[in-house]
Amino acid sequence: MSGAHHFLTEAQYGDSLVHRLDPRVKIMGLMGLTVVSVSTPADAVWAFASYLGVLLFLLGLSRLPLVLVLRRVALVLPFILMVAVFLPFFGRAGGGGYNVGSVRISGAGLLVLWNVTAKATVGVTAMTLLASTTSFPELVAGLERLRTPRLFTLIVSFMYRYSFLFVEEFRRMRRAMEARNFQGRWLWQAGIVGHMVSSLFLRSYQRGERVYLAMVSRGYDGSMRASAPLALRRADAAFITGLATVLLAVRITA
Amino acid sequence: MEPAAVDIVDLHFSYPDGTPALCGVNLRVQAGESVAVIGPNGAGKSTLLLHLNGILRGQGQVCIFGVRVQDGTLREIRRRVGVVFQDPDDQLFLTSVAQDVAFGPSNMRLSEEEIARRVHESLAAVDMQAFGDRAAHHLSFGQKKRVATATVLSMQPDLLVLDEPSANLDPRARRQLVRILRGLPVTKIIVTHDLPYAYEICERAVILSGGRVAADGPIDDILGDGELLDSHDLELPYGFAVAGARS
Repeated sequence: MSGAHHFLTEAQYGDSLVHRLDPRVKIMGLMGLTVVSVSTPADAVWAFASYLGVLLFLLGLSRLPLVLVLRRVALVLPFILMVAVFLPFFGRAGGGGYNVGSVRISGAGLLVLWNVTAKATVGVTAMTLLASTTSFPELVAGLERLRTPRLFTLIVSFMYRYSFLFVEEFRRMRRAMEARNFQGRWLWQAGIVGHMVSSLFLRSYQRGERVYLAMVSRGYDGSMRASAPLALRRADAAFITGLATVLLAVRITA
Repeated sequence: MEPAAVDIVDLHFSYPDGTPALCGVNLRVQAGESVAVIGPNGAGKSTLLLHLNGILRGQGQVCIFGVRVQDGTLREIRRRVGVVFQDPDDQLFLTSVAQDVAFGPSNMRLSEEEIARRVHESLAAVDMQAFGDRAAHHLSFGQKKRVATATVLSMQPDLLVLDEPSANLDPRARRQLVRILRGLPVTKIIVTHDLPYAYEICERAVILSGGRVAADGPIDDILGDGELLDSHDLELPYGFAVAGARS
């Protein structure tokens, strides 16, 4: 079982003031930050600088290793690159801009690139901060307390719980195939990979049935009680009001 | 007289594809007994088990502590019959051990305090009280098995049904589970083909073979009868003898 952890490491890491905040205020605060950032006009450069400043401050408080954060934030790079590739096709008519060799990059195009880069970076950093300082059960409990439908949070927690088994099962199957000299590298082996996928599907389906039986055996009748209530503390209130004040001030002046 | 813990009369069951699984099972288990239901693969053991709490319903009559298994009584039946399934991963589906153990009691609409108390007691009963906040995927197989048992104990069942409790356990985990099971003061039905394991926990054995009860008696007599075992595709491990082995 422990083998699955190489694939699916827990996102949460370490412990600090930020870790101990109530999951609800973290979800609201960091989601709020993302939404506010997305709604900010692209040319308000200093506003984005302030958002990032707030995030860096919180990252500092959370004492997460910088490498870990950078590696997770690097997830945005492919998307930014995508936009960059299409730069030459953006509004040629716009004023300003540069010639890179024979390709003309317009000012409007650059603004779009900046817009995407800034907003994606702020959003992903905020989510990285949330995921790295909150355990999965806490996150689900927080979402539940914020009135996320119980059905949704249940599905998410099932996915989380059984993804570990699924990965482990997949690895076992692969190993058993490799033990018989299968490499799964060539096109004509695609059929076999297909069989593997369908067999995994069937196993998961049967697993689902057995889980359901075990639930029914313990009196499950289709409704689930929510988890124990959370209590807001002073630090939580300070976090959310402080963050809201800064965000509003920046956003209104931007 | 106290009603029997289990009273099964002429139970028949066929799967939807027509395969007959139970062909007239009669079984009576008194309260406080520990009974091993043994038999080869495909004998109908698991099918019989699923009838004890009304998940499967065949023709015939199943009564648990005098209550007949039927539509109106399922809630009551499932509170009194705790089933521990073979694969603990099927039973632990929530994000923490404590939540899983609280699942049954919360379905019984108990108060928060009562649930918390039962979670604590059940985890203590299986020596897992330090693991309440852990996620199931962080536990070893033996630990998962014990927690799966706790998820049922927290409902305080009167009848505990275990499907292959010893499967995939290493000797130490196996021993721990024997000790825990022997210490539980409830009626037990253990479905297995691990004969030495059955011998350690139960005083009575029932051989289920071809969907029928083929033999029923004190476990020493059943396991001591090599011919009987052989005729139902069962055998004691090499070198294992029953006579005088009981401590």
